[in-house]
Amino acid sequence: MSEAMKVPTMAEMNAKGETPEVLFWVGCAGSFDDRAKKITKAIVKILNKAGVKFAVLGTEESCTGDPAKRAGNEFIFQMQAMANIQVLNGYEVKKIVTGCPHCFNTMKNEYPDLGGSYDVVHHTQFINSLIKDGRLQLEGGGTFKGKRITFHDPCYLGRANGVFEAPRGLIEKLDVELSEMKRCKERGMCCGAGGAQMFKEAEKGNKEVNIERTEQALETEPDVIATGCPFCNTMMTDGVKNKEREDNVQVYDVAELIATAEDL
Amino acid sequence: MGISNIIFAVIFIAAVVFFAKNVGKIRRNILLGRDEDRSDNPGERWKTMARVALGQSKMTVRPIAGIMHIFVYVGFVIINIEVLEIIIDGIFGTHRIFSSALGDFYYFLINFFEILALLVVLGVVVFLLRRLVMRIQRFYKPEMKGWPTTDALNILWIELVLMAAFLTMNAADSVLLQASADQLASLGLEKYTSDLQGGFVASQFLTGMLPQDLTTLAAIERTAWWLHIVGILAFLNYLPYSKHFHIILAFPNTYYSDLEEQGKFTNDDKVKKEVELMMDPNADPFAAPAPEEGAEEPGTFGAKDVQDLTWKNLMDAYSCTECGRCTSECPANQTGKLLSPRKIMMDTRDRLVEVGKGIDKNGKDHKDGKALLNDYITPEELWACTTCNACVEACPVNINPLSIIMEMRRYLIMEESAAPSELAGMFTNVENNGAPWQFAQADRLKWAEETD
Ligand code: SF4
Ligand code: SF4
Repeated sequence: MSEAMKVPTMAEMNAKGETPEVLFWVGCAGSFDDRAKKITKAIVKILNKAGVKFAVLGTEESCTGDPAKRAGNEFIFQMQAMANIQVLNGYEVKKIVTGCPHCFNTMKNEYPDLGGSYDVVHHTQFINSLIKDGRLQLEGGGTFKGKRITFHDPCYLGRANGVFEAPRGLIEKLDVELSEMKRCKERGMCCGAGGAQMFKEAEKGNKEVNIERTEQALETEPDVIATGCPFCNTMMTDGVKNKEREDNVQVYDVAELIATAEDL
Repeated sequence: MGISNIIFAVIFIAAVVFFAKNVGKIRRNILLGRDEDRSDNPGERWKTMARVALGQSKMTVRPIAGIMHIFVYVGFVIINIEVLEIIIDGIFGTHRIFSSALGDFYYFLINFFEILALLVVLGVVVFLLRRLVMRIQRFYKPEMKGWPTTDALNILWIELVLMAAFLTMNAADSVLLQASADQLASLGLEKYTSDLQGGFVASQFLTGMLPQDLTTLAAIERTAWWLHIVGILAFLNYLPYSKHFHIILAFPNTYYSDLEEQGKFTNDDKVKKEVELMMDPNADPFAAPAPEEGAEEPGTFGAKDVQDLTWKNLMDAYSCTECGRCTSECPANQTGKLLSPRKIMMDTRDRLVEVGKGIDKNGKDHKDGKALLNDYITPEELWACTTCNACVEACPVNINPLSIIMEMRRYLIMEESAAPSELAGMFTNVENNGAPWQFAQADRLKWAEETD
């Protein structure tokens, strides 16, 4: 990646009198966290490759309010939500693709009651639909061919919304060996970041949740731990480092797997 | 009708009345909770109940316990059909009243019940082994100390005794039923006269262990009969005090399941009203809100005590089987934190029972100065939750411990401003910069310019 990316904003498109096919909701982690920014860029590359006419809100985007809500601060959540809904409705947004399961869940499930009804999909679902519609062809696994990959279900994608197959479908397209953890899909275990835990120290216990989960992932002897959430990514990456396995176990978002395999 | 029939009728009526009274109290306690509409979509609700409660679909996620539980459950439900006959016999002094009407089919039924009884015994023995010999970890968590463990074992022993009484009754009776009418008549045991050929499928193996004298057998049969039926009536009245009440509440509780995606948390309506007012460009920010006609107190945000929870949260508490499947899947509990979703449910029930007793004693508006928050559940437990929904998914009767945790977090934050300091910082960031970290909203698109 050497050059800056061209990422159109809603405001620009609107000024030109254009409407994008889909709004890409980047999310706070995807905008600011160094590791997560790479996931954001991978998603953009895939959208471009498939010729999707998309836009971001850019500086008009704001936190969905999810971390405040899960921590119990319903006031801040609803203020954030209503402000975002004003912006989204102002642009008459219909379809949203998110880079983060938390944004996905909140906008899909909790915004409608507050006046914001959109067709919200997670990026793994969207990429899947691009393939299904013949807009994106995958050439095989590239560097991942034959590798062993385990998928960690993000709680707010999997259990909370029943999306288990979209990310797995993409991984399977890479000619890899998908090996499941004992706790997967409905019974998947949290990485430890949810419920605003990401933003605080854990309560007293005898272990960190992300270490426990990383150990479960490592039991499958993977080359790659794949996930679909920037927060899970941080947690699993830290876990792998803690276990001193970062030399032979990588943590990637499914979007990064696709973008890398396709040499984008 | 003899004296024994009158005694039976009195015991029976007393048992039913006492049970109904306790169920009424539980109903009243559940209705102390806040309103919540769960009357939508009856079709889906019946289906959920059929699948989860009747079909035990979530029990079999863990196959051994699941199948054993189905044995015990199916056995108990079906064998209880016979209780109908026992009650009629008990009141009218008849003996096996259905046998003449049903003929051969009756003996088929009794054999079927006996096989089920054996399966119940098998299930109960496996459960006892799991608790007492294998000592499965989730039965030995701190919240299981004392009464909860005694309660669980009581249920299993009672079930064993009831099945033993049922089989012994049949074993003794089958000899009597096969005896010749003359012989029975000479002993004054006419009522045992029947044309049964051969014993019953399971209890025949007990027959050899019993004395052969008909008068003694009749005494054994009567004792086992009384033990069986009085045991069942006593067990019925044990339910309201026990986690075993789930055998009743599992049905309504799954009917009223949350049908939404697990990720959808409620949006607090009281907050919504205030936020809408704040965001309304036409509202005068300095005007005092116009007092609406008959406006109620805004009420508390979130939940401090059981009355602040919804009736469904409270029904959940009474439905909990204390199986600990939730806790054994909980990431916080698994990593040694204080939080146990099962304890959240048990505490809610215990507190609700306490509040109910207070009302019984001192009237409806009685306050005892205690609350669910702090006196039962501590903030440390509440803050350890990752809101992952694993507990909700694991629960075989569709209980939602997370919903209670969230309501109590809301109380801590919105009524007491008692957020852990890092979270308070996160709130400020979200409010001021539109992100949980200290980054400026103006920099939100910088990633697109950065090269790496
Ligand atoms: S939602 Fe909370 S209580 Fe339930 S399993 Fe997850 S961490 Fe535990
Ligand atoms: S809440 Fe459900 S899973 Fe947890 S102990 Fe009670 S019945 Fe079992």
